[in-house]
This record gives sequence, structure tokens and C-alpha cells, in this order.
Amino acid sequence: MEKERILEVRDLELHYFTRKGVVKAVDKLSFDLRKGETLGVVGESGCGKTTMGTALLNMPTPPGRIVGGQILIGGRDVLKLSEAEVRRRVRWEQISMVFQGAMNCLTPVYTIEKQMKETLQQHREMPKDEAMKRMVQYLNLVGLPEQVLKRYPHELSGGMKQRIVIAMGLFLEPQVVICDEPTTALDVVVQAQIINLLKELKEQLSVSFIFITHDLSIEAEVSDRIMVMYAGRIAELGTNEQIYGPQGPAHPYTQRLMAATPRLHEEVEELAFIPGTPPDLVAPPTGCRFHPRCHVVMDRCSRDDLPLREIEPDHLVACWRCFHE
Amino acid sequence: MSEPILVAENLTKWFPVKRNLTQVLRGQRTWVRAVDKVSFTINKGEIFGLVGESGCGKTTTGKLIMKLLEITDGTLHMQGENVTHIGGQALEKYRRQVQMIFQDPYSSMNPRFTVREVLMEPLEIHNVGKDVKERESWIREILNEVKLSPPDEFLVRHPHMLSGGQRQRAATARTLMLNPSIIVADEPVSMIDLSTRAEILHMMRQLQRELGLTYVYITHDLSTARYFTDRLAVMYLGKIIEMGVAGSVIDRTLHPYTKALIAAVCEPVSGKVNRIKDVPIKGEIPAATNIPPGCRFHPRCLYAVEECWQEEEPTLVDVGGGHKVACRRYAEIERLGDAARTSEASLGMKRTSLRT
Repeated sequence: MEKERILEVRDLELHYFTRKGVVKAVDKLSFDLRKGETLGVVGESGCGKTTMGTALLNMPTPPGRIVGGQILIGGRDVLKLSEAEVRRRVRWEQISMVFQGAMNCLTPVYTIEKQMKETLQQHREMPKDEAMKRMVQYLNLVGLPEQVLKRYPHELSGGMKQRIVIAMGLFLEPQVVICDEPTTALDVVVQAQIINLLKELKEQLSVSFIFITHDLSIEAEVSDRIMVMYAGRIAELGTNEQIYGPQGPAHPYTQRLMAATPRLHEEVEELAFIPGTPPDLVAPPTGCRFHPRCHVVMDRCSRDDLPLREIEPDHLVACWRCFHE
Repeated sequence: MSEPILVAENLTKWFPVKRNLTQVLRGQRTWVRAVDKVSFTINKGEIFGLVGESGCGKTTTGKLIMKLLEITDGTLHMQGENVTHIGGQALEKYRRQVQMIFQDPYSSMNPRFTVREVLMEPLEIHNVGKDVKERESWIREILNEVKLSPPDEFLVRHPHMLSGGQRQRAATARTLMLNPSIIVADEPVSMIDLSTRAEILHMMRQLQRELGLTYVYITHDLSTARYFTDRLAVMYLGKIIEMGVAGSVIDRTLHPYTKALIAAVCEPVSGKVNRIKDVPIKGEIPAATNIPPGCRFHPRCLYAVEECWQEEEPTLVDVGGGHKVACRRYAEIERLGDAARTSEASLGMKRTSLRT
């Protein structure tokens, strides 16, 4: 059964206008997000995954600008709204973000209560006691006691701060929460606890998550569908089973990343690696952007621009090899 | 093969905590027991891993090995020589033999130096090589060794002109300049992209085989530790709680803490999305100023029984094959499995549902 689409992204383009030239950080990206699912976004640093996240909130980091495409939430194009309207009706109301290094997102000079209240007051008019009730409710939801409200960020552990930032992302009951590397700075045990928390929240609140990380292993754990990005484009998009299942991913880039990931319970003599570095997006390679680093490259790869095609239901790949076979 | 090169016995590092006036007047002192009586032997030509969560004392141990920090108590022997409290010329000689690769390749190199200057500096400090010409030829040789070739292209570059992987290669080259026998690598690949991570580890291992190096590999990542190291020591709150051949520690885990760490690791296989992970641990890591009595892991352990906090802290016992564990109940836990649990795992704090 096809689930309801909550977010539709069509041909999204975001460019950074730098002195060196135009960096095409996000290049004609199209995908859907379904209700109650977690979509994982993986890729190396500089592949445009965080940039895409900020684009979805319509707040690109300068000198970045969204130069084309549509972001449809409930059929309405966010990019057509004025900044005031986005602020009032979209950002945090419908789509929110848990930023990378979220623990540093909290202001050190304010108590947690003050910081949480600020978000609430900006968006809702609410009597004091009701606001308080709501804050406590959401803190409990992420497994924190009421007492943290009176604390300053430095008095809390990294895991607790991460929980607070997640609570603040969920606060206004958005339909979509973008989590950008929410577990990267955390220890493995705390990381596992946060992953468990996100899974429980997904089930309880039926929100959709976009989970951005560079770690393929974490995506296997949290995401229903996985989108692999390379140099501002989608290389492969498939379900958890299609990417991590026994037949393995279809795109050579994903295959190589997978082979480069060390496994805990397997003795491996040599891990694979991908030679070279990701391309400069001021002047990306022609054709398939991965072709200079690809181990199964063909003539055609450097020549012809590449479509993203469905090779089986729900499984999209951008690779000439996969279309031939 | 197993000729010991570095022997640490009861290695200890306590840091004093800043006191306020009342505490000074009352003569109260508190200490952070960052490394607390740690003993290990590193054999020549092996890769020894130190793993644990942040704050477990693994980096401090690395710095003690480097002698960047004063050792509070215990002894350190290098090739049979006591190096615990050396200084002056002896220290200089020691530093030539023990080198370090730091975690962050972005901040561990002077941004104003070119690669040539970065690599020249250790030679100048230690006054090695007879003239610039000889030094330069060594630099070229070593750049080739770490696959930064052609060397001429890289010699003139500044760190910001290198990618993360290339920087870590340059950092490795710098450690090799003085022809050391031990390299302490503190999270050398944690800030490098997955696609090049394996390449760096591969290079490090090749160098180790060619030059007969010994590595101390410090990491929080059990998966790379399994891949890269020969022997592993797992640290918790300043103490080694399990140690042995990497495969044995990970596949036949004995200590409840190591079990929790391993359960927490994510692996890229399908079919785990709708399952909540069972991480057999509770609570959060206590402060190193306030180490629990008895077994220091007991407040978080699901298998703890009264004697775990009533009696003295368990020491490492050899269970065969060099696999050592510091747990009173390890045999029982291995026999009974989950049935040996005395309490439930928790998310760290009490949770309530939104629905109620």
C-alpha cells in the first residue's frame, strides 16, 4: 500500500556563490518522504547532505541560494512563501531540524527552561502553566526528568543535551523532523540509546524523519529507506532491504562504501577503499560524477548525463552499468 | 615475536581538581583518577588497541606512554629500561623512539608551514642528518613511503591544500622522520571520510610490516579496532577491564561492560529497523572524581550482586590464551547468559509515554 506523501521535493537546486565560482552543492534533487517513515541520507563530507537539510527548511547558509525546484508540503510549495510566512507556518511548525553537534546549539548562558520557552513563545500564545506542562511532557517523552529545566547546558551530559535538542525539534508537533548527524559526537552506548529513542518516537508520534549521517551502519539501524548522495546528486535510493539485504546495493559507489565499512564480527584481511577524493563542485566531472573514482567505469560514463532510473519497485539508481544489465 | 617492547605496571595518573577557598582552608583535595593502576605489555611489532568511551582514560594513557604527562604512580619500561621519571637527554632520546599521530589532522600541523617544513622540524630539533641535502632526501623517501607522490608536488603545499586523508599521511610521515620504534596513534581515522579511512589504515599497516613498527591504536570504534589491531584492551573509568587477542575479546566477550559496548555497535545489515536494540547497561558514566567503591562498573552493571560493591575491586585474571578479564562473575555470566541478570536495562532515565 502506498503511504501518504508528506514531503515532495522536485528538482531542488542549491548553489553556493563563492569567489571561486558557483558550487552546485545540491543539483536537481527529487525525492518523496512518506508518512511515518525514516529516510536516511548518507554520503561523504561535502556531498551536499547537510546543505539539502537546510534547503528543506528554506534557510540556506550564505552564500548559498536555492535557485530552482519545488519543496511541497501538503501540496504547498514552501519556496513560494515569504520568509515571514515560512517562519510562522512552516519552519518548526511543519518541518524542524536537529542540527549537527546539537549539543553546541544550546546557549550556555540560559537555563534549559528559558531556551525551550523561547521556541514556544515565538510560535504559540500559551498561558504560562500550560507552556510549563508542555515542556515537562516533552522532556519526559525523551526520557528526562522535570528537574533539567532549571539546569544550564554545561551541567548536563552530551546524551542529555542531545535529548533536549530532539525534544525541542518535536515540540510544535511537526510532520517532518530532519536529524543531521544527531549521534556523531556521542559514545557508542549513548548513541544506541538515542537511536532507540528515535525509533520509539517514530512509532508513538507517527512523524517522519530525515536522518542525515555519513555512517552506513547507523542508517541500517534507523532508516526505512536510504538515499545515497554523491557530489550533490542521488546515486541510489532504495529500501533498507534493497541496500543492506543479501543481494547488496546496486550502485558501485554504495557497494564500495559498504566494502569499506569494517564489520565487528567478521575477520577481514583487507578493507576496500575508494581511490581519489570527491570532486570539486565548481567544475564537476561530466557524465556520471562518480566515474573518475569508479572501479567499473565504461566509455559512456564520462560522456552521457545520467538519469535516476527505477530498476525494481522503490529502487532508484543512477548508473549506466545497472541499466545495461 | 612476542618480545616485550613497552611494559606498563600500575600506571596511574591523577589530576588535581581546582579547589575553592573553603576547600583549601580545610585541606580538602579531590582528584580525577584518569588512569588508575593500569598494567599492560606491548610486544614488538604488534598493534595494540586501547578502546573505550570518552573519558575512560585511553588518551591519557597514550599521553603517559608519550611522556607528555608526568606519571603519578607506577612504572613504565621501554625495552627493559625504566623510563618512568626520565628527563633531559634521556627523555629526548625516548621521544625519538616514541612518536604520536593525533586525532585531528587539521589542528596538529602548523598552518603556516609547508609540508617540507613540517617534516624538517623534527630533524632540526633532534639534530639528525648532516646537512639540508641529506635531510631533504630523507623527506622525499618518506613521502613516497606514505604515498604522497610525487614528493615535489607535496613539499611546497600548506596543510590547507591537502585533503583530510593526505594530511593524515603527512602526519604519519612526520612521525616516521626520526625512525621511531613505537607510534601512538590517537583516533587517527575518526575524522576522515569512510571511503579513505580504510586506505589510511592499510598504509599504516603496510608501514608497520615494512619497518617493524609497533602501534598503540587508541579508538572508540570497536569495528576498526577489530580490523586493525592484534590485541585489544577495553578501558572503563581509568581501568582496563578486559584484554586479549582482538577477535577473542570481541567474539568471546566476558566482561558485562564490553558486552554492552559490543551490543551498542551498529552494523550495516538489514532487518534491524523495527527492533529496539538491547543494550545491557543502565545509567550514565559517573564522574572520574567519584569512582564507585568495589567494582567500578557495578552501578551500571545488569549482573551486579552484593559482593560486587561490598568487596574489593576485581583484578584482571587470565582465562586462557592471554584473554584477561576483571569481573567477579564472568564464569557465571558465561554459563547462565541473560539468566544471570539481576536488573533491567534502562535508557538511562525513566521515560513516560505521550499517550498517558
